[in-house]
Order: sequence, then C-alpha cells, then structure tokens
Amino acid sequence: MTKYSIFSIARNAFSHHKNWPRQWRSPEPQKEYDVIIVGGGGHGLATAYYLAKEHGITNIAVLEKGWLGGGNTARNTTIVRSNYLWDESAAIYEKSLQLWEGLSQDINYNVMLSQRGVMNLAHSLGDVREGVRRVNANRLNGVDAEWLDTDGVKEFCPIINVSKDARHPVLGATLQRRGGVARHDSVAWGYARAADMRGVDIIQNCEVTGITRDGGKVTGVETTRGFIGAKKVGLVAAGHSSVLASMADVRLPIDSHPLQALVSEPIKPVIDCVVMSGAVHVYVSQSDKGELVMGAGIDSFNSYGQRGSFHVIEHQLGACLELFPIFSRVRMMRSWGGIVDTCPDASPLVTKTPVEGLYVNAGWGTGGFKATPASGWCFAHTLARDEPHPLNAPFNLDRFTTGALIDEHGAAGVAH
Amino acid sequence: MLLIECPWCGKRHETEFRYGGEAHIARPEKPEDLSDSEWANFLFMRTNTKGVFAERWYHANGCRQWFNALRHTVSHEFIGVYKMGEKPPVSVQGSEDR
Repeated sequence: MTKYSIFSIARNAFSHHKNWPRQWRSPEPQKEYDVIIVGGGGHGLATAYYLAKEHGITNIAVLEKGWLGGGNTARNTTIVRSNYLWDESAAIYEKSLQLWEGLSQDINYNVMLSQRGVMNLAHSLGDVREGVRRVNANRLNGVDAEWLDTDGVKEFCPIINVSKDARHPVLGATLQRRGGVARHDSVAWGYARAADMRGVDIIQNCEVTGITRDGGKVTGVETTRGFIGAKKVGLVAAGHSSVLASMADVRLPIDSHPLQALVSEPIKPVIDCVVMSGAVHVYVSQSDKGELVMGAGIDSFNSYGQRGSFHVIEHQLGACLELFPIFSRVRMMRSWGGIVDTCPDASPLVTKTPVEGLYVNAGWGTGGFKATPASGWCFAHTLARDEPHPLNAPFNLDRFTTGALIDEHGAAGVAH
Repeated sequence: MLLIECPWCGKRHETEFRYGGEAHIARPEKPEDLSDSEWANFLFMRTNTKGVFAERWYHANGCRQWFNALRHTVSHEFIGVYKMGEKPPVSVQGSEDR
C-alpha cells in the first residue's frame, strides 16, 4: 500500500494521477474471525484500527450493511470539542481530542482537523452561571476553556448580533480554542485504509441478521452473505444498536431519533469559528466549500427513517437568524436526517454485555463524531482485554441499575 | 411533518402534539418489592422497535388528552390510534422491517 506523502503525489503526477491504488481491499468474508465489528462507520473502523495497532489483533472483520461511513459518519456537522462538564466525560472526550490532534499523521490520511475554536453562547443569568461553572470544571480537568463576556464574543465572531434588545441577548460564551471541525468522510476512509493496511477485512453490503450463541456465549453472526464465526462480536451500529442487541436478547436504554442538519448555498468566508447556542437552539459553522453547516435538536419521535419533520428545521433557522441577522437572505441548499441512539443520561455505552463475547459501543446520541478516535480506542481495549479501560469503565450498562448516571444533558443537549 | 389523528379532535399537525415515547410500560404493582435491575428495566430499558411501534402522544395544544398510537418507525405511517388504557387495535407490536 502506498504511503501518502508529497513524494507519492509527485510520483503519481507522472501518470496523471490515474494509477493511484485502491485505498482498501474488498475481500470475501472468511469462515471465522477473532473479532467481528458490526458497523462500518467511524467508530467501528476506529475500533478495528486500534485493535490492530494497539493490541496486535488483526484477524478482524468489519461488517457494514451499506457502504463505509454512509450513516451518521456522513451526516453529522463535524464538530470536535472536549468541554464536557463531568469528570468521566471530560476524560474520554479530552482523550479523543488529543487523538484527533495527531490523527492525520497517525493514520497517514488528512482528516482536515481545523481547530478554529468552539463557542457556546449564554443568553440568561442561568446560562452564564452554568457556562462559568463549566469553564472552571473543564480547567480542573485539564481541558482548555475560557469565559468570554459580550464584547469578547463580538470580537471572536463579529457577525453575531449582540444587541441588548435581542429576544435572547448574548451575555457571554464559553470558548474552547482547541475545538473545531474535521472532515467526516476522511475519518471513515482514513481509518478504513489504515485498518486494511494492517490486515483487517472490511466487508461492505453485508447486513447482520442474527447473532448466534452457544450456552450464552457468542459464536458468530448470521449475515446476508452467510454465517461468519467469531469469538467476539462488537456492535457499533449507532441508531440500529437496539435492533442488533435484541438479536442476542439484550435490552438497551436507547431510543432512536432522527437528528436533522442542513447546509446553505456556498458563500464567501464569513464565520471562522463554531458557534453553538443551547438556549436558542442552533449551531453553525462554515465548511471549506463555503456552505453554512447547521444543526439543532432531535425530532421528538422514535424513528429509523433517516428523515425528520420540517418544523424542526424551521425552528433552528429561526434561532439562527436571531443570532445572525446577516444570514436572512441566504438560501438553504439541502437538509438530511440521521438516526441517533440517545441514552437517558446523554452519555454513551462502551461496555461488555451480559452475553459472553458480545460488546456494545452505542448511545453516543447527538454528539458521537467528536468521540470517534477515543471511542474506537477504548472499545478496542475492552474487546481485546475483555475488560474496560478506566476511561470507558464509567460508561457501562450497570450504571442504569446502580444509579451512577453521567448526566451530560447540559453539555450535550443541543451542542454537538 | 406528521399528520396525527387525535381520537377526540381528528387530524392535526404534529406541532400541536408532544411525544410520550413507548406505550404500555406498566407501572410496577408493588414498587417496594422491585430489585434494582427490575427498576432499571422499568425506568430506562426500551424496546426501540424498528417496525410497528406502540407509542404515546399528548395533544398539548388541543384537547390536552393523552392517547396511544401504532406507527411504523421507518415509514412513519400511522396504523391506528386508540385511547389510554385500551389494547392496540392490531396485534402487530414487533419488529417488522420495511
């Protein structure tokens, strides 16, 4: 496999860039693997990569029912940050941000991480107190965070309407300068290529239809391409986690909802940071192509349909214009929905299950993209050692029995 | 946008309603006898059906009544609505992919 570098670009220029090798193989499934990962999105591919890299396990298959990174990996708004409130979340998301910072070098694939700063706005005295508290909590956990007053917000992002007469005046904001955006497709493709180079079989168009067990222990999976044996199976299927887990009679505390996002027509660079507002319910950044990328909250009802209702988009655009009157004549180009797996405490599950050999990585809900590297890293550890890493130990299934929930609605609610 | 048929008011737009999640989760008869894992199952574990799903809706900006509905979670099609305390009109609760 070619290592990507300036020399490989120069070498391929001689053949007019027509002879670049394929980025990964399309192998036929073998009869049996040590580990099967169900779900070929960012998290699943990252899991396979770190299993191979950190734990030397390479007899792995990643089974994807559609195409790589075609689900939520391709549907999110690409925001990366780690300014979560609670210690458990701050630890795993900060690990993720640190992996992000070296990721392009590590997997030899440009994930286009742009640490342009993420601002979370405060619109009420309650928001201000909560924001300042979060900044202090972040700093205690070694996560960079700053508090900006209204003037500071205006200076950092001049197009925000900070008028005192606004329906929801901007009273300040938290700022994480190391936060930003990354190219979501590159993350899936980069991890896929890096995993494939280490011998991982990536099998697309292969839907899992059953999980076979013998005496309470996993023996493999039934798929649309036949039975494939495995000692360990890791479910990394986001919105479809409950469907897969039910094949092994495991119940999860997850509801699947549509989460919609949309982009505008491309415009000249106008906003060079990420702005989020939980209170007026929108987040905005600008892509390299110039489109404004926006999103907000989930549709209320359960769904697997990858689309939502228009009034949700209407609501978030109302919020957007409240903050950015300058966008009033920008036209929206397209919108879409992804199916997110929400947990009651807005925190994920990266855990063993009551079934031996079955592991679940799910419940990332509305904000899983930023967690992709650490999610894979921790899940690989859990699969390889049959016990969680201290970073993901709190994110177990037992917390719903013991009551040790990690309530991140404040930091995860609308802000993704 | 969903068009939802309230059993009392007829078809109205989704914006008039609030969602109540999975239906028919019976409150424990004797809560004091429940183990922690039974509580977890009651409070947190959900069926999250892909297919025809029994769920609750609340006509918040209308008659302010709760009711149940059967809806397909992929096509979003409503199969039927029925009042609280009633059984589903069709016994199709289960995952039937479409």
